[in-house]
Amino acid sequence: MVSKTLNAPNGYKVRISLKTALGEDAYEWNQSEMFFFQATMAFAMRRHFQMETYNVDNIILCVQTSRVSFWFVVTSPDNTTMLIPKADVEKAVRMSRHRINNAFLLSDRTLEFLGIYPTLAAPVNPDTPPWLIVFGVVIGAVCVGIIALLISSLLQKRRKEKGMTEDGQDEEDMQVKGVENGINLDGTYNRGFTDDDRFTKL
Amino acid sequence: MRCLQVSNQDLEERIPSYEELEKLENEEAGDRPKWDNKAQYMLTIVGFCVGLGNVWRFPYLCQSHGGGAFMIPFLILLVLEGVPLLHLEFAIGQRLRKGSVGVWSAIHPYLTGIGIGSMCVSFLVSLYYNTIMAWVMWYFFNSFQETLPWSQCPVNANMTGLVSECERSSPVDYYWYRETLNTTPDIDNTGGLQWWMVLCHVSAWALLFICISRGIETTGKAVYITSTLPYAVLTIFLIRGLTLKGSLNGVKFLFTPDMNELMNPTTWLDAGAQVFYSFSLAFGGLLSFSSYNSVHNNCEQDAVIISIVNGATAVYAATVIYTIIGFRATEKFDDCISGNILTLLNTFDLPEGNVTENNYDQVLHSLNGTYPEVIQGLNLKTCDLNSFLSEGVEGTGLAFIVFTEAITKMPVSPVWSVLFFIMLFCLGLSSMFGNIEGVLVPLQDLGVFPKSWPKEAIAGTTCVLCCLVGLIFVQGSGNYWLSLFDSYGGSIPLLIIAFCEMVGVVYLYGIDRFNDDIEFMIGHKPNLFWQITWRFVSPAIMFVIFVFYFITKVQETPMYKAWNPESENFPTLEEKEYPSWIFAIIFILAGIPGLSVPLTAIYKCLRNRCCKKDNEFKQDDLNTIAKQPLKLTLIDTLL
Repeated sequence: MVSKTLNAPNGYKVRISLKTALGEDAYEWNQSEMFFFQATMAFAMRRHFQMETYNVDNIILCVQTSRVSFWFVVTSPDNTTMLIPKADVEKAVRMSRHRINNAFLLSDRTLEFLGIYPTLAAPVNPDTPPWLIVFGVVIGAVCVGIIALLISSLLQKRRKEKGMTEDGQDEEDMQVKGVENGINLDGTYNRGFTDDDRFTKL
Repeated sequence: MRCLQVSNQDLEERIPSYEELEKLENEEAGDRPKWDNKAQYMLTIVGFCVGLGNVWRFPYLCQSHGGGAFMIPFLILLVLEGVPLLHLEFAIGQRLRKGSVGVWSAIHPYLTGIGIGSMCVSFLVSLYYNTIMAWVMWYFFNSFQETLPWSQCPVNANMTGLVSECERSSPVDYYWYRETLNTTPDIDNTGGLQWWMVLCHVSAWALLFICISRGIETTGKAVYITSTLPYAVLTIFLIRGLTLKGSLNGVKFLFTPDMNELMNPTTWLDAGAQVFYSFSLAFGGLLSFSSYNSVHNNCEQDAVIISIVNGATAVYAATVIYTIIGFRATEKFDDCISGNILTLLNTFDLPEGNVTENNYDQVLHSLNGTYPEVIQGLNLKTCDLNSFLSEGVEGTGLAFIVFTEAITKMPVSPVWSVLFFIMLFCLGLSSMFGNIEGVLVPLQDLGVFPKSWPKEAIAGTTCVLCCLVGLIFVQGSGNYWLSLFDSYGGSIPLLIIAFCEMVGVVYLYGIDRFNDDIEFMIGHKPNLFWQITWRFVSPAIMFVIFVFYFITKVQETPMYKAWNPESENFPTLEEKEYPSWIFAIIFILAGIPGLSVPLTAIYKCLRNRCCKKDNEFKQDDLNTIAKQPLKLTLIDTLL
């Protein structure tokens, strides 16, 4: 049976999805729950209009289905033939939406008032976007790394230059002694066999 | 005409002889840098070969070409094409002990163009590859938040609803195309530089600079982390992935063999191209890295090991990726079905639980029988698991859209996001080491920088230059430029260069001399397998792949996919034709590295002929005096 759309200009359709919201812990939707709903709506109307006269009888329910959906209209407490306009009902619901949801352990998505859209949560805008913080950390580390690198290469260079001027003589001896397989040979090297005269002197 | 005769009689004078090599080895003289240990060398090569392509290209190829059946052409071509080319590059680099320009000009001066071509390709690839690193860093920086920014659509300006572009597509698409790239609708609009991307771009190049500033002295240390971390992260993801619902659907989808694909020539072509690009051949980086080895290093064994590792990593990464993709596809499928079920429940006021995933089809069928017009009016979505599994699973789409979406569905998403992007960063960085090596060493060989400059200065200048040129890729249209560079700069020239390499070594350097070299280096002559593959099989395969690639690229009108919110099929990317001025760029990208081989040869030949007479006498003198010291001293003593 396709769900009907009532010609009810001042009524709202409510749809409840208990199993989606609560799964195993879903309670049964029965007449007592319907009564609870009427009471909650009456509370919402009282809260919005700040009139203590709204009662359970002012909330009229109809077309209940096993989906769990139904229509409701709100009558004025002074005159039961007069219906409260849709816009006012909407404002009342919006004001107490959070309380209504919590009463039934449901959420905006599982307790739907068709036609009343949930207000979107305001986006949380932190002062500094979090990514800039991480970026700052990484770039800081990189800069420190670059500086360390440049300093270490400068120090190495200076050490090399110092080493060259101080023991230039010793270095030459080392080369000439011959480093075979990384082991310094003992003994004196016979300079007669050095090939520092590769080219015949003319 | 003298220059047409390919005489190689001066070859011995240009390359170190065996005695000189032994001397270098034993005395440890010579100013060429060396690896601290074998592990560093292997990790660097593995890092260079194992890159983003293993993660986002191979799984896609595998799945689209018949799953498990794709392994067959992949493995066959790995053995016939990948391993021989790899062994060749390792051996020639180890023997001649120079970077790419040095090696080829030593083999024959007319072949210097091969080295220059390698350098150009490495340069072009480095430019855009590091932009991908910048994108990865951006996502990494943004992963340190409790709700990942790509998990939900932002609210629009007047807080009445979600941003329309995001609502029509999806939060991950919106985050990638709008908040990260801020893409323009076509390549003509540059869109200006995106400041946040410029920051990430600069930090990517700065990080690279630290790692390469002293050549292998610094990269050798960095690779201990960048080459091993990806494997650790892949394993963690595998364990996590296997515990998620639907992961096995993904793995099954990946590996289900479809033997009919083997009849399709595109499968074999794609397998060949994937093996080739995956090994980073012809970039010059492998040559350089091998030249720092000791002379008697067993390059044959290395080539085989690296090939096995590369192939195995590709398969492993594919498995991991597809467990996560399977999970995402299953989630999307479940959401799709739940959405449809809810619509049915709401329309027909049926109690919850009446329609479930199991009886959905039956119920839909019976309802369609009784109320066909109502069902039509509902516009129920068709939920097909296979179509979710095949969505966007290649390239940047995989990493930044599909995978990030999957991560948002996993519990403790920020942790997985951080891990994933660190892994991508390490994979890319280790490949960048090889790319930059292929640029820096030839520049030094060509003498572009003064000799007095320290290594850090050369590396720094190159990085700054590449960073500045790379700013093309961080403007609004940067994404389109990047895919342009990728399709044309990083494909055809490499095939040409690799083919010339093989021919150059086998026929110009001489396969016999090459065999002797290998015998000298590792102790035994290369066996029949190497002989056949080097001489005939591998060059033939390269040639076939090149011809087919060239024909396909030339025949099709170059198109690109643009993100255009105004287009009709909006969330689907719009296929647009490139404007005519792009063809000049395409020619520069594909033509210059490829043409550098013949052009340099002609240039050298002409120069040789011009100044030949003057130089001949001087050259001969120097050669006899410098290269034969022993002879003269003997004569000296005799006299």
